[in-house]
Amino acid sequence: MHELAITEGIMEAAVPAAQAAGAKKILEIRLKIGELSGVLPEYIQEYFGIVSKGTIAEGAKLSVTRIPVGISCPDCGYKGEIKDKKIRCPECGGTDFKIISGREYYVDSLEVE
Amino acid sequence: MEIKVVKQILAWNEDVSESIRRLTESKHVAIINIMGSPGAGKTSLIKAVISGLREEYRIGVIEGDIAGQIDAEAIDSLGIPVVQLQTDGACHIEAMSIEKILPSFDLDALDVLLVENIGNLVCPAEFNIGEDFRVSILSIPEGDDKVAKYPLMFATTDALVLNKYDMLPYFDFDPVRVENDARDINPRVEIFPVSSKDNSGIPELLCWLRKNIDKKIKTKREGPV
Repeated sequence: MHELAITEGIMEAAVPAAQAAGAKKILEIRLKIGELSGVLPEYIQEYFGIVSKGTIAEGAKLSVTRIPVGISCPDCGYKGEIKDKKIRCPECGGTDFKIISGREYYVDSLEVE
Repeated sequence: MEIKVVKQILAWNEDVSESIRRLTESKHVAIINIMGSPGAGKTSLIKAVISGLREEYRIGVIEGDIAGQIDAEAIDSLGIPVVQLQTDGACHIEAMSIEKILPSFDLDALDVLLVENIGNLVCPAEFNIGEDFRVSILSIPEGDDKVAKYPLMFATTDALVLNKYDMLPYFDFDPVRVENDARDINPRVEIFPVSSKDNSGIPELLCWLRKNIDKKIKTKREGPV
């Protein structure tokens, strides 16, 4: 159910930006979602149809780019992506890392007319 | 035409969460976000924590519920300040609700605020509520596959409490699997097997809570310099 709150958040980010640019219609909303974020894009599309009805975003396509988990490791200095499901430094196996990407959730850009 | 937006969704929640943290920083109050499924034993654990820590800390409780006030009444009967937060059907607590409810407490007369989140392993994990740390509860009867199935809840928590541990002989629950799954996604998580019924494991949990609460409120307890 919190996907509804998130969908409203998408509208709040997208519609004013489109209006400020003088757009009449939003054709596409491009989202960037980190792999660590628990949000399910398919549910958002579902809610989006309801929430956007009657607005300039009605009928817009939502497209999602996933952002991989990235860490910076103070032990060995590794900075970059983790591909394994285990969240560890891939170089030294350290666990003292800081997560530097993968929790993002934002509207990156819009296609408007 | 393309418009670059780069705007965080739920940014408002993060902003409010940060402002709660700044407020509790100045008031030296630690907020603990307690999460878990319905029936995992959140209220019972809160009662055990209250009885273990009430001599040392001034404790308040926010009871999040979709409806009703049974849990709040249980805490109130202990003589602890408690405020009921009814979400009217919403599946999680948001930072804004906490911000609205904080004025009901005298923060100068509190050290610790325990927040019992809505019983749900999915949505609450997504929303910071200004907490200093998170405690997630998984009870033995729920099954040992839950950490793998609900990764966000267990990846973002600081402590994982395995409650109703006295039930272990009666369920096919593999605690080693849970520990491995949890450490895969959250290598620094602290794991506490407890039973709020017979109090086993509670002293270890209390010890960890003290350490983390003191990190936030230490300056107050040592008095002004």
